[in-house]
Amino acid sequence: MTNVIEVEGISKRFTIHHERNQTLKERILHPRSGSSEIFDALTDINFNVAQGETLGIVGHNGSGKSTLLKCICGVLKPTNGQIRLRGNLAALLELGAGFQPELSGRDNVYLYGSMLGFTRKMVDAIFDEVVAFSELEHFIDTPVKFYSSGMYVRLAFAVAVNVNPDILVVDEVLAVGDERFQAKCIDRIRHFQREGRTILLVTHQADTVRAICDRAIVLDHGAMVADGPVTDALRIFRERLLGDVVDHRPGGTGAVNIDGVSAPTGTFEVRHGASLKFEVTLSSHHAVSGNLVLEIFTRTGLLVSRNDAQAAPVELRPGVNKVGVELANVPLLDGVYDLNVGLVEPQGATMIAWREKAASLQVLYDGRSSGVVAIESSVTQW
Amino acid sequence: MARRELLSSLIISDIRIKYKGSALGLFWSMLSPALTLATYFLVFSVFLKNGIPYFVVYLFSGLIVWNMFQSAVSSATGVIVDRAGLVKKVSFPREILALSNVGASVIYFAIQIVVLAIFLALIGHAPAWSFLWLLPVSFVALYLLTASIAVVMSAITVYLRDVRHLMDVVLQLWFWVSPVVYSYENSIAPALRVRGLTALYFINPMTPIILTFQRIFYVHTSVRSTTTGLPLHILPTWSMSTFALVNAGLLVFSIALFLIALVIFGRLEGNFESEL
Repeated sequence: MTNVIEVEGISKRFTIHHERNQTLKERILHPRSGSSEIFDALTDINFNVAQGETLGIVGHNGSGKSTLLKCICGVLKPTNGQIRLRGNLAALLELGAGFQPELSGRDNVYLYGSMLGFTRKMVDAIFDEVVAFSELEHFIDTPVKFYSSGMYVRLAFAVAVNVNPDILVVDEVLAVGDERFQAKCIDRIRHFQREGRTILLVTHQADTVRAICDRAIVLDHGAMVADGPVTDALRIFRERLLGDVVDHRPGGTGAVNIDGVSAPTGTFEVRHGASLKFEVTLSSHHAVSGNLVLEIFTRTGLLVSRNDAQAAPVELRPGVNKVGVELANVPLLDGVYDLNVGLVEPQGATMIAWREKAASLQVLYDGRSSGVVAIESSVTQW
Repeated sequence: MARRELLSSLIISDIRIKYKGSALGLFWSMLSPALTLATYFLVFSVFLKNGIPYFVVYLFSGLIVWNMFQSAVSSATGVIVDRAGLVKKVSFPREILALSNVGASVIYFAIQIVVLAIFLALIGHAPAWSFLWLLPVSFVALYLLTASIAVVMSAITVYLRDVRHLMDVVLQLWFWVSPVVYSYENSIAPALRVRGLTALYFINPMTPIILTFQRIFYVHTSVRSTTTGLPLHILPTWSMSTFALVNAGLLVFSIALFLIALVIFGRLEGNFESEL
């Protein structure tokens, strides 16, 4: 397969000015003042993306995800290294960044189109589709300054996906818009995938990566720490996030480890509709209170269920703790599922400990329903 | 190709935004040059009685050139700082932002040329037909010169924000060292010649362009004063071939300047994101 994106040894170094020395007057009066600091946003990033692949880029805030995307899109010039692209690229870095608030939606579609490198004729050809996708038929001649933020995003997304780029770059934008529009965007992205186009997706929502991507890379403080299948990359991402939490805690409290769950072979066998009881072993250096998180995934990466952590409080004593868990009336259908176990702080979402794929669930089912869960249905003819 | 599309849609959107919601639209863009013209005419011809016949035509032909240069340079100087949001988010050749301001000025220039032509027809003042072919040559030189300065200044302002204010002052000075409201031959040439400063005056590339436009539209090199009746030398008595030579030289100079400007812009553009 041909590579459409080749990233070779990309580094990006920013000079951060502490005192802005940005006027001629200051340069003349204080020629040597103004301290600055060097900040390496990216160091030696290498990866390729093949034609038709969907690559997720994950990382915590400030890990360099957006800098990397900007380098790929050509907004930033990397300090070192080379990026080669094959085909045209449409970027959704910040939706509607190219919009002129005073102009109507119609004019902005043309302006945005020309910024993405398309001629007026090409935009003419897709204009109706753009409007239909954005569902802004009634507002297309209204200046976009009167648009709601949702309308803004819909219009920008509609332009970017309808110009049919070879490479689509999406940065955190799926989080905006209502659920229906989000679903529509994901649909469109899947359509893109079927057409064999290449997609680059930046997000910190693990679910989105699991649902859409074929492969993921993980960035941590500007360095690439993982490149591989989604589940492996996400495991490393979670571990890095945890590492951060532990590092930043004064005194190192909360060094909790999830040693494992009581499944000697690593697999629980459970019959559909039956209950499953098991123990989670956690070792802690201190007394810690937190909430237990249980996630069940299909092997294709679909999140089936995440429990209500607020309803699962645990108080850990120093030493080894055993916590009993019961999954009641498992409604899952035939198949193998993965179980992730984690411990979060009582108030927030800060992860104290995490164990990806702590065990797997082998569900046995005799019925004829198919899918992930059974929903009892009955048909009555009137 | 796509770049040209982007340039034209930026120019159109610039002009649209400027005159949006005003019923008279582009008419407003004519009001300011018309008022400038009226003011200078009043001051120099009526109050100070410079005695130059058809002084309005003389003024108009020089101001057209100056307005194009001045409006493009002053609007382009801050354009990259003003559109920082766009520059940091969307990938496109950034010099196009400055060039779109120059483009908008070209459109106003074209409108003013049409107004001047109508005006000349109304008062029955014929231009120097044999010199008319110099107009496009001189215009291209003017365009490239304006674009060069606009592109470079837009990049420098990113690093030195107060250059904007400096540019306002520089443009004002520049205006007065260019023969727009006074006649080069009548007011300043003899004094320059005595001190041997003629070459220095012609370092300003706007001077030959303005003189060419005045030669084409005002036509007369010397006239009889309307106040004293004595002969007045208004424009240099250069022959057609001298004007052609000057303009050819200017064209070569401005092409070179434009290429240098693009190179400078390319050097400066690499650090935009850490400065914006």
